[in-house]
Amino acid sequence: MWERIYEILKKEIRQSLRDPKLRGVMFFPPIMQMLVFGFAVSLDVNNVKLGWLDMDQTEQSRGLLRKFEGTPYFTLKGVARDEKQAQALLDSGAVDAVVRIPYNFGADVSRMKQTEVQVLVDGSNSNTAAIVGNYATGVIAGFNAETLASQRTARLVDSTRNGPVRLAVPTVEAETRVWFNPDLKSRNYFVPGILVNIIMIVTLNMTAMSIVREKEIGTMEQIMVTPIRPFELMIGKTLPFALIGFLESIFVTALALLIFNVPFRGSVLLLAGAASLFLLSMLGLGLFLSTISHTQQQASMTSFFFIQPAFMLSGFTFPIRNMPTPVQWITYLNPLRYFMDIVRGVFLKGAGIDALWSQMLLLGVFGVAILVSSALRFHKRLD
Amino acid sequence: MKFRRFYAIYRKEGLHIVRDWRSLALALAIPAMLLLLFGYALTLDVDKIPTAIYDQGRTPQSRDLIAHFQGSRYFNIVDLNATYSSIEKSINRSKIIVGMVIPKDFGRTIMSSETAKVQLILDGSDSNTASIASGYANALIATYSGEVRDRELSLHGTPKVKLPVDVRIRMLYNSELKSKNFIIPGLISVILMLVAAMLTSLTIAREWESGTMEQLLSTPVRPIELLMGKLCAYFVLGMADMALALILGIGVFRVPLHGSAVLLAVSSMLYLFGALCWGILISTIARTQQVAFQISLLTSFLPSFLLSGFIYSLDNMPWIIQQISRIFPARYFVAILQGVFLKGIGLPLLWTNLLFLLVYALVVFAIANKKLRPKIA
Repeated sequence: MWERIYEILKKEIRQSLRDPKLRGVMFFPPIMQMLVFGFAVSLDVNNVKLGWLDMDQTEQSRGLLRKFEGTPYFTLKGVARDEKQAQALLDSGAVDAVVRIPYNFGADVSRMKQTEVQVLVDGSNSNTAAIVGNYATGVIAGFNAETLASQRTARLVDSTRNGPVRLAVPTVEAETRVWFNPDLKSRNYFVPGILVNIIMIVTLNMTAMSIVREKEIGTMEQIMVTPIRPFELMIGKTLPFALIGFLESIFVTALALLIFNVPFRGSVLLLAGAASLFLLSMLGLGLFLSTISHTQQQASMTSFFFIQPAFMLSGFTFPIRNMPTPVQWITYLNPLRYFMDIVRGVFLKGAGIDALWSQMLLLGVFGVAILVSSALRFHKRLD
Repeated sequence: MKFRRFYAIYRKEGLHIVRDWRSLALALAIPAMLLLLFGYALTLDVDKIPTAIYDQGRTPQSRDLIAHFQGSRYFNIVDLNATYSSIEKSINRSKIIVGMVIPKDFGRTIMSSETAKVQLILDGSDSNTASIASGYANALIATYSGEVRDRELSLHGTPKVKLPVDVRIRMLYNSELKSKNFIIPGLISVILMLVAAMLTSLTIAREWESGTMEQLLSTPVRPIELLMGKLCAYFVLGMADMALALILGIGVFRVPLHGSAVLLAVSSMLYLFGALCWGILISTIARTQQVAFQISLLTSFLPSFLLSGFIYSLDNMPWIIQQISRIFPARYFVAILQGVFLKGIGLPLLWTNLLFLLVYALVVFAIANKKLRPKIA
């Protein structure tokens, strides 16, 4: 039995390395995907195009502008003279936000009369808009604190004529500490997730393709007349891709660490273990796809149907927490979800088995279930 | 070009689409699924952030602050009796994103008119949620700080100190900040690309592969008739998807359409036409369906998904990626879609994008036509 498995294994590895198309599928798309996803996928907002509508034109209003420009986020991209121009700047997308300084801003600030600054934010991208709003509030809060501080000293001098006035007022401040990703770079969050996606695409596609190819070109019949048993054929067909998938994971992880400088805080062993469990599900799905497809074309199209929703519902970009409850239940059936949790936990949090055991367990259960049921189906089809 | 021959090709192609369940699924089921997912399930909106609070002092003041968090729709307090170690454990297990620690002397510090500090611990791994959560938490704490100050001042009979500048943030175009309002319009470009380039790219390769191209060649059909017949069949399919997207998007998911429907229709047709021509071009270059599928996945689906500004804002990408995005039509179309849907802007601001779509469609059509001719004739 082992001899026959070994022969199939040898044939399979030789075949996949010899075929230039398969070789291409193995290495080119993963690198491309890693690069494009890694560079393009980001929800950071680090370059806000600022518009300025200053109806006051005083030292104070220019001071506020300097405050905005002093942050790393805002770049002045347009100056409007009236509301209409401000609207036009926002409509055309030339700026992301316009700060509107009212008349008498300078006078009000120095007389300690409250004045109102309006920030008009282009809300069309709701995610960017929320962050831009936060940044702007932060800048103006800083301006307020400075103004208050300078006025307070001025008032103290003032009040000494009529006796000292107690000006201390209680305040509450937040001291924020960000764990795991102190610079809040979304790349650190996304790049490990890409790894999951790439392993899925490569192993799923290759397993399905290699079996369907035999059907398509008629060599499946030839294999069936040899003394090999379906079970042995299955092992011989999936094991090489498990190996390739595993090597691929190492390769892509190295790429992630080298190019994108993503931190890796956890245990390599744990990640390897989780990857093997994940590969079980993917190989099983690959087998399943091969039973419902007759041509390679159909196989790659069908795998696209599986990959798309599985990826969307894995929590890669869209937090599962935000999904409606019934959809959240559906995601429990998605092996990608567990592997995504594990990969991110291991990379960013250095999480260990004590935090991730439930995901590992479910990944294992799904892997075995999918693999066994697909194997049975495959077996039946072959007989 | 004869209408009868063109129509024959058109009908034949239509039958192909309807009879193969995979193409039909790719053409109708996947768009419907994407629309449902994005309209119903996938959102970037950050609310109900799971939060744990460690209140060391348990003073009236700290309870007051906690009440602010409990009243906010952005926070969902899952643990009111946390400790440092339970916060750490929950963050490690991704059970919470925010941990707030209120120190023991919180109440006393406020009573003695000093600056009290609360500690916010954020799980930064999901940086987007973390930075939005931090903004909300800081705003709540600032509000509370203002209330405490006013209360203290009114006790002393002094007039309230008002902040010199009161900031009013106004969100234009999408005032409720719903992510589906910008994602669903952008999704139209992904869907059209999916049908257009990915399905079309297979059609001519399929004829070569199954040997029916030779049969077609022996008929009197001319290259331009073949091209137009195939284009039209998929054009109808694409428009059906467009209608599906509009019905679901506007009717079911209530995405507002502020701009002109005519502009929307014209630009979609241009984009669809360009995408179809691109698919045909791939099909004439790649002789097998397998290769055609891979090429179109890389050159049409991925760019329209990633390099279009549909979810991930182009402004924040590295310069070189931004330049690459300029050669794909998706970013121009997404700008039109979001502009028309959300901003209600018209031709004066969008004509350059429209012009690009037109030029792209014509150029690709010309190349496809030229490439197809020698292979057939």
